[in-house]
Amino acid sequence: MNSAPGIAFQILQSVFVVLAAPLLTGWVNQCRAWLQNRSAPSILLPYYTLAKLFHKDAVFAHDASPIFRWTPYILFGCMWLAAGIVPVLATGLPFAPAADIIALVGVFALARMFSALAAMDIGTAFGGLGARREMLIGFLAEPAMLMTLFTAAFISGSTQLTSIVDTLAHREFALYPSLAFAAVAFLMVLLAENARIPIDNPTTHLELTMVHEALILEYSARHLALIEWAIAIKLFAYMTIGIALFAPWGIADAGDWSALPYAFAALAGKLALAGAGLALIETVLAKLRLFLAPEFLSTAFLLAVLGMLTHFLVKG
Amino acid sequence: MGIPLLAQLVNVLAAFLLLIAFAMLSQRRVLTLIKLLAWQGAALAASTAIVAWSTGQTHLYYSALLTVLLKVILIPWVLHRLIDRLFVRWDIETLINIPTTMLIGIGLVIFAFALATPISQMATTLTRSTLGIALASVLLSFLMMIVRQKAVPQVIGFLAMENGLFFAATSATYGMPLVVELGVALDVLVGTFIFGIFFFHIRERFDSLDIRHLEKLKED
Repeated sequence: MNSAPGIAFQILQSVFVVLAAPLLTGWVNQCRAWLQNRSAPSILLPYYTLAKLFHKDAVFAHDASPIFRWTPYILFGCMWLAAGIVPVLATGLPFAPAADIIALVGVFALARMFSALAAMDIGTAFGGLGARREMLIGFLAEPAMLMTLFTAAFISGSTQLTSIVDTLAHREFALYPSLAFAAVAFLMVLLAENARIPIDNPTTHLELTMVHEALILEYSARHLALIEWAIAIKLFAYMTIGIALFAPWGIADAGDWSALPYAFAALAGKLALAGAGLALIETVLAKLRLFLAPEFLSTAFLLAVLGMLTHFLVKG
Repeated sequence: MGIPLLAQLVNVLAAFLLLIAFAMLSQRRVLTLIKLLAWQGAALAASTAIVAWSTGQTHLYYSALLTVLLKVILIPWVLHRLIDRLFVRWDIETLINIPTTMLIGIGLVIFAFALATPISQMATTLTRSTLGIALASVLLSFLMMIVRQKAVPQVIGFLAMENGLFFAATSATYGMPLVVELGVALDVLVGTFIFGIFFFHIRERFDSLDIRHLEKLKED
């Protein structure tokens, strides 16, 4: 597995994810603008924003501690690591055994913890508020996410994401009610974890409702750019986890160069669909009150548990 | 997995029924509740038709047709008329808050599954594994009747419970004899009408459909 083609695949995938993630964000924004009858911004807008932010001078609060300085790099590193573990283009990558699904959720949790710490570090009211809200959503979303992944793990008999995908992609066709439950639960977790509309509005700076924007309010220039980039990678990683679990067809094996163009095309098609779907969800739903977020996420948890129970009952 | 495709379809529909039972449990609006009831009826009819097709039991076709007519069209329509007449498009009040109700619901599902697994191992029917789901949706409807305070959602809970029982009958034994099914269907229809009349009486007497008023035995 640790042959040269495998490592080449790993590097290719990691670089591809980092470079393509802002494109996905741009695509989602474009779709949403179309659906809301606005004239759409360029699909490349996130790249321009990143370039602009990298050229600015960074400003820090006087009493910022090292945690505040390091957090953008830790966030970016966590998301990049996650993107290296998820089988985006190929299964059986040399990096994949580094972490199974539980460790993957742990990587996301590490990123969340540091962003909350950094938000509280400066001591502004908004930072603390955002951090508390983020932790509230995070601790409710995490068990739901784990249960969803466990359902897939039970079906394939492994907690390694790459072998789950291998099993699911190469099985004979079968309807899995348990996976349907898990898919709905995963969608709800994806919306909550990526600060999307029923839980948080990614475009707003409206003080009273913001969760995610409150966390990064104090960042500027290259740090802000890194965080924005990390968020784009996080959305990309979540979407590819979803694709890997619920629609894994067309994924290549590591080292199989001939399958790569097809894997790219399949991934691009699936991501385009998923991005348009996300924009549609964000258009038709209204943002929930914060106090309804626990209800939303407990529903996700419930669906995930139901999926797991259904798997035991009907063996499928 | 070695399960035929039709049985898989029935399994998916069974999961859909369970999902609707939970959706009903978490729903706050009466109108949506009635829509969900209609959907539950539709899923039930579809699964009955699939069982009929895969086993070649013609009387199940009649019962699927009866389900569509009665539970997808007639009863939701009657309930719609009722709540229009009664002006009760309010948000539903529950005794326990909704996340807690859902957690209790999960407990019930686990109980039902544990109860049904040994029974379904003895059965020989194609769809035996869905017996647990049928039992779970009966229990969930029962829970809904317990935690709702107003009369209309309680009746919807009752109808949903009947749907669950019907599903249990098809999944465990390929349906009851047609005479029994006809009788049950008629009972449900008549029951809905009687409940309707009863609603008007409750409202006339207490100016409200809150069934807590029925607990008082004496006039104040």
